[in-house]
Amino acid sequence: MTQTVTTEDVQRVAELASLELTSEEETRMVRDLNAILGYVQHMNELNTANIEPMAQVGELAGHEALRPDDVATSLRRDAVMAGAPETDGVFFKVPKVIER
Amino acid sequence: MTVDTAKSTYATIGEVRQAIESGRATASGIAEAALARIDAEDGVIHSFLSVSRERAMASAEKIDAAARSGNDLPPLAGVPVGIKDVLTIEGLPATAGSKILEGYLPPYTATSVRKLEEAGAVVLGKLNCDEFAMGSSNENSAYGPVKNPRALDRVPGGSSGGSAAAVAAGMSVATLGTDTGGSIRQPASFCGVVGMLPTYGRVSRYGLIAFASSLDRVGPFTNTVRDAATVLGVIAGHDPLDATSSPLPVPDYTADLDRGVNGMKIGVPAEYFAEGLDQEVRAAVEAVIDRLKTHGAEIRPISLPHTRYAVPTYYVLATAEASANLARFDGVRYGHRSAEANTLSAMYRRSREEGFGAEVKRRIMLGTYVLSAGYYDAYYKKAQQVRRLLTNDFIAAFADVDAIVTPTAPTPAFKLGEKTDDPLAMYLADIYTVTANLAGICGISIPCGQSSEGLPIGVQILGRHFDEATVFQVGHAIEKAD
Repeated sequence: MTQTVTTEDVQRVAELASLELTSEEETRMVRDLNAILGYVQHMNELNTANIEPMAQVGELAGHEALRPDDVATSLRRDAVMAGAPETDGVFFKVPKVIER
Repeated sequence: MTVDTAKSTYATIGEVRQAIESGRATASGIAEAALARIDAEDGVIHSFLSVSRERAMASAEKIDAAARSGNDLPPLAGVPVGIKDVLTIEGLPATAGSKILEGYLPPYTATSVRKLEEAGAVVLGKLNCDEFAMGSSNENSAYGPVKNPRALDRVPGGSSGGSAAAVAAGMSVATLGTDTGGSIRQPASFCGVVGMLPTYGRVSRYGLIAFASSLDRVGPFTNTVRDAATVLGVIAGHDPLDATSSPLPVPDYTADLDRGVNGMKIGVPAEYFAEGLDQEVRAAVEAVIDRLKTHGAEIRPISLPHTRYAVPTYYVLATAEASANLARFDGVRYGHRSAEANTLSAMYRRSREEGFGAEVKRRIMLGTYVLSAGYYDAYYKKAQQVRRLLTNDFIAAFADVDAIVTPTAPTPAFKLGEKTDDPLAMYLADIYTVTANLAGICGISIPCGQSSEGLPIGVQILGRHFDEATVFQVGHAIEKAD
């Protein structure tokens, strides 16, 4: 399997990722993604038909990850809002959401 | 030109403790000296991104007050430490090496850092790293690269380059770094210090700015294996704020350090000594294996047959997780917001375009691509299946051996600028380290000599899940035999 990433692919993925690449960045991204994915193809030499996917290694430790669903204090609102780019002190403020 | 590391006053936790307990020095005096050393040396090395003088002096004075009143001192009393800038400390900058977090002051402290401070450590500041811990040379920091204190034309390794360099240059006795694919062990190897990767779940990730959550770990850099064992003992343990942290009890890692390797079975995987390994690195690691044998270890050739698929697997899984984790940087709640956007969606795109560097964008793109419709099974699911095969390799090997010895990196430190234009060549610097992250096992890198050019070489010891104690024992035996 040889996948070729095109400029159109890069533009589509950039939109999914909320990135706005310059045309120079697009050109480089096509080159780099093709090189990296070309190398990644080596995985296909392996037959993994009956192998269970492994998302994380916690399953090996076998411990119970769930905790009781108790109410507890969280971060203070004013401390959080202090780091926001724009806020009225209660909410985060953002530019217009609906475009017309 | 190299920095004169001999000027370092205190190299180990034991020396600091002895000096304070005997009254020869105060924690404040040690902190002042460490801060002065940063002022004098770090203009060249650039390991610190910010220095927390007030916090350091306040911590040191608390230790001095305790010493004056004759109280027992906590295990890290007065020990000057630095923290990789991907770990948060309330009220101190946390840039993650990125422009997108410039000026951000987090409202909470990472559990690992809180535990260090509660044990008496004195935090000197936050350490330079590749942007969001993505890189193997520290050249992806938005604030400029770190130079290797042992050879200033060389990279310190990455992504925890500042953490390794600060210990190597005598600016900190210990530091914290993070390791997602080798980012503690590889820089430790390049800078000639000890770097420890704990088992996944051993140390809380709360307050670690996430790169790839199933792979990220927090661990120490030190000058000695004993100090790494001491620091891990302080930061390890269950944390209700990290659901993946393990409830297993934390042993005293220093208790059996001197047990030696007599009777231990140590595996040598053929796949880690194949094509691409520098001849001087090979010779240094083989010399370590010979010494282990002399000290009574039984050396067994083993095979980890899926090793060559580790880097491809890693770059699918790590980037997929990164693309999700880094979605939170959108200019809404913290960090950079573009001034040039009139709508919400344009604000997201422009803030991210302006805030992220080239490697971070590349990984977000790669991760989004492998998760996108039509490619998920071919890349992401496939990589998760190969991850299981790689993990099974280690489980099978550890049924026969107590520890595994390999080179940490295929070469000594490379030159600044040497690989910046070739992402794939840079990724291959992690070829011997990514496997442990994928399998969740623990490991350590220990200095084991130097190249003909005087560059440090590191040997890696890998251990079973939650068997850090054995890794430390082998590491300590190697260190003593030098």
